Amino acid sequence: MKAIKNIGLVIFLIGLGIFTALPLIGTFKLDQSTFDKIVAEKRIKSELFITDITKNVVGKEFQGMQSISPLVSAAIENANTQHVKNKEYKKKIYTKPSDMATLIGKRSGNGFIANNKGTMWFLTFGLGIIGALLFIIPNVILLGKKGIKNDGIYHESATNKGWVAWLVFIFLVGFYLILYFKSEYATNWTYLVDPISESLSGNPAGHWFVYGFMYCVIMTVMAIRMYIKYRHNMYQMVRTTSVLFFQIVFAFLIPEIMVRLQMPYYDFKNAFPLDYDFFFSWNLKQLLNSGGIGLFILVWGIVLTLVVVPVMVYFFGKRWYCSWVCGCGGLAETLGDPYRQHSSKSLFSWKIERWLIHGVLLFAVVMTGMTLYSFFAETSTVLGIKTQSIQNTYSLAIGSIFAGVIGTGFYPIFGNRVWCRFGCPLAAYLGFVQRFKSRFRITTNGGQCISCGNCSTYCEQGIDVRAYAQKGENIVRSSCVGCGVCSAVCPRGVLKLENGPLEGRINPTEVLLGNDVDLMELTNKK
Amino acid sequence: MENIVIIGNGIAGITAARHIRKNSDKKITVVSAETDYFFSRTALMYIYMGHMKFEHTQPYENWFWKKNRIDLVKAFVTQVNHEDKKLVLQDGNTINYDKLIIATGSKPNKFGWPGQDLPGVQGLYSKQDLDQLEANAPDNKTCKRAVIVGGGLIGIEMAEMLRSRKIPVTFLVRENSFWNGVLPSGESQMINEHILEHHIDLRLETNLVEILADENGRAKAVTTDKGDTIECTVVGLTAGVSPNIDFLKESGIAIGRGVKVNRFLETNIPDIYAIGDCAEQHEGIGQRRPIEAVWYTGRMMGETVAQTICGNKIEYKPGHWFNSAKFLDLEYQTYGWVFSEQNKKENEQHFHWRHATEKICVTIAFDKDSKQFLGINTFGIRMRHEIFNRWLSEKRDINHIMEFLKDANFDPEFFAAYENEIISKFNSEFGTHITPKKKSWKRIFSNA
Ligand SMILES: Cc1cc2nc3c(=O)[nH]c(=O)nc-3n(C[C@H](O)[C@H](O)[C@H](O)COP(=O)(O)OP(=O)(O)OC[C@H]3O[C@@H](n4cnc5c(N)ncnc54)[C@H](O)[C@@H]3O)c2cc1C
Ligand code: SF4
Repeated sequence: MKAIKNIGLVIFLIGLGIFTALPLIGTFKLDQSTFDKIVAEKRIKSELFITDITKNVVGKEFQGMQSISPLVSAAIENANTQHVKNKEYKKKIYTKPSDMATLIGKRSGNGFIANNKGTMWFLTFGLGIIGALLFIIPNVILLGKKGIKNDGIYHESATNKGWVAWLVFIFLVGFYLILYFKSEYATNWTYLVDPISESLSGNPAGHWFVYGFMYCVIMTVMAIRMYIKYRHNMYQMVRTTSVLFFQIVFAFLIPEIMVRLQMPYYDFKNAFPLDYDFFFSWNLKQLLNSGGIGLFILVWGIVLTLVVVPVMVYFFGKRWYCSWVCGCGGLAETLGDPYRQHSSKSLFSWKIERWLIHGVLLFAVVMTGMTLYSFFAETSTVLGIKTQSIQNTYSLAIGSIFAGVIGTGFYPIFGNRVWCRFGCPLAAYLGFVQRFKSRFRITTNGGQCISCGNCSTYCEQGIDVRAYAQKGENIVRSSCVGCGVCSAVCPRGVLKLENGPLEGRINPTEVLLGNDVDLMELTNKK
Repeated sequence: MENIVIIGNGIAGITAARHIRKNSDKKITVVSAETDYFFSRTALMYIYMGHMKFEHTQPYENWFWKKNRIDLVKAFVTQVNHEDKKLVLQDGNTINYDKLIIATGSKPNKFGWPGQDLPGVQGLYSKQDLDQLEANAPDNKTCKRAVIVGGGLIGIEMAEMLRSRKIPVTFLVRENSFWNGVLPSGESQMINEHILEHHIDLRLETNLVEILADENGRAKAVTTDKGDTIECTVVGLTAGVSPNIDFLKESGIAIGRGVKVNRFLETNIPDIYAIGDCAEQHEGIGQRRPIEAVWYTGRMMGETVAQTICGNKIEYKPGHWFNSAKFLDLEYQTYGWVFSEQNKKENEQHFHWRHATEKICVTIAFDKDSKQFLGINTFGIRMRHEIFNRWLSEKRDINHIMEFLKDANFDPEFFAAYENEIISKFNSEFGTHITPKKKSWKRIFSNA
């Protein structure tokens, strides 16, 4: 069994290695006709740019995106500087250099990788999946009898912030940086999944499709790991299935299929303000121009946030969204599960958490207010501040850096819910409802707690669960996403996630159940 | 300002300190020799197994003590001088007190076995014991086999710990079935099976005779009363614990096996109290034993003594017995009293249900004549403390328990429920026609 695991690991690493090398290899050659098409599509009027690219790029063979990308950037910058100087604003190119390089790269790949998509898919995704499964599945036997199997978590480099964890950290951060800021380097990755994308939406894959597909693959493989690890715990099995279903069907398949049907791309479960650009004017315009379905999406999006979300939180707690439906939560609960113990439980981090997450919510609300005002008042500024610049700041700082680079990249170091705990504005909103008006709580079982600390250690949201449990108090915290792991790891059966009457949900006690009845009454009434 | 000094920073001493602080402004000093800060002894195993680091077993952050004005002194008390109301520390310093709480816990039993003090032989009680185990048994290359002597809760924990590092374990148990002085036979039998499933070499009715040393003076084998010699690198002595009170022998404080206390947790000397594992009641309360080396007892005594010290003199009156443990993968909870065949009284009758394939079972004790419910043991099913506490106070009969059993289930959502199966077995065994009631939130929370 150990041998199978090791073989799996090697196969996985080969797949990962090839995948990681792809951004820097591959042959690219831009034809004149392809370039002409790009010029036409993008309505490029800058003859400076066109000559530059025709002279330096067209017809030449390049190895790796790193050899074309700088040429494209330079061409845009030179052309733009010249046009601004000459006050020829109409000729200025507004497409970002990185996006232009991405476009040119995608159309000009013509080496082995671009011509052998299936093979390349197998050598990357295929090997990765097979290797990971070979690594994971022997655990059915290796983990032994059903039960909590956290043996060795703090002995292993990967799960104890050792060198493996730091490598994973670097890989994830690098991956997100490419995705958000240097998408031209993802060109080869897009080739791998072109056939899949074409069969779904009819279009070749962009880097976001790569991300979406990878997301599903990773979640599926890591969900299998969850199924094995928590095979004694039905709550975990059901929850994992739910979150996987919503990712694959709602976040991945439906939007792609909608595109094929000439409808707007929309993830029906992605609620504002997590879906922060829902009210951006380009989106509103697109929806309003898409006929019935557009209108439906618009109404659904608003109802989802204003009615569905709070009502469901009232009945079930925010877990229905954060650990049963949400994509960010889904990745955290699958890929992130091995890292859940790293979220800090200190009072200090709780303070930071409250400032940050509510700050982001405020930011999102103010930005959306400005956006809507601008939209209806048909102006681009509010009180002299450019709406667009606020939107750009949010997209960059929160949407890309916080949610992506930090949110996922930092899994191995700060735990798997960095974004959900410190940044997600939707979580902040759900949290208010959960804290003040919800039937959900984690019930503490009388006096049974032995203060061992397993629950707090494995709380991905950094809640010091034990602080409540050892006092005999229920846990009612806005940040709890209801993953249920505290209850699973508790060796004494102290914790139960449940929905019940509001009355008595919060139960401050001074003396725990089990001690003399008079004493309990005396001190608990005081 | 009255000066309260507590010896021992375990659950008993720390609970007392916290509650005294809540209810008063007195000066509080906790003197303890083992660690700088309070930690959860019950979690020691998880550190060795890699579930947690030591810091995770500390229930309060380090700033907590200063903020709550609880002074911590790391020192060993060698003497209590009650005439001058002062403590003498190992380093020669002294500490004065107005009121003293002794909460010094337990130490592992050693029964004078030859070789019991050899290197490689150890108990599992303190942080130092854990560090020693880490040194003695870091992996299965250094430790080729461990022998554990004593089939109690700590013994099985130690076996689980060593197995987590794939170290072969031989487990010597005096009884003819694991823990059957406490558990009824059906349950004890199920645990025997579970121990074997975990590849632990369980030897029932086997006693340690001698621990043999190698040429370097380290433990190399044990011999048993069955005539076997078992080679091993580590010997774990887990045959129970007894109060850690040797330093009090000449103090004038009355001691038996533990520090003798009355129901107010007062010793024979005014202003000196004893709580937790080290305290011994003159007589067991209810069906309890005079010394209860369990976490919850330490906590309850801490809560109570704090009231007394803060001027609200209160008797120590533990409520209905409850306890819990985990045997490898099996969770165990108990509410009220279920005695083993060896200890149960004439009128105590048992109903036992065990799942056909899974390691799940329930034993319910009730009075043969009055049918009054006496207690329940569950393995693999979690139960609601509050509900059973209420049923015990209300002196419900067994039929009531069966009828409303669903209210008491505390398993996580979506878990398979076994009440119907349990009740139909009960019905067929006792000729009753009980139909289980659906779980009701209203009942669960009524007067809770
Ligand atoms: C491995 C293990 C697992 C356990 N699991 C459970 C469980 O699951 N459930 C349960 O109910 N119970 C369990 N117990 C028992 C429980 O831990 C004890 O009952 C409880 O910790 C006793 O608390 P205490 O405060 O009385 O004493 P302790 O926790 O022993 O604290 C006493 C402290 O005083 C210090 N001290 C002693 N003498 C002196 C001195 N002269 N000067 C200075 N300091 C001194 C000691 O070093 C120690 O730190 C377990 C025990 C062990 C060892
Ligand atoms: S895991 Fe259970 S016993 Fe341990 S501290 Fe948490 S609630 Fe208490």
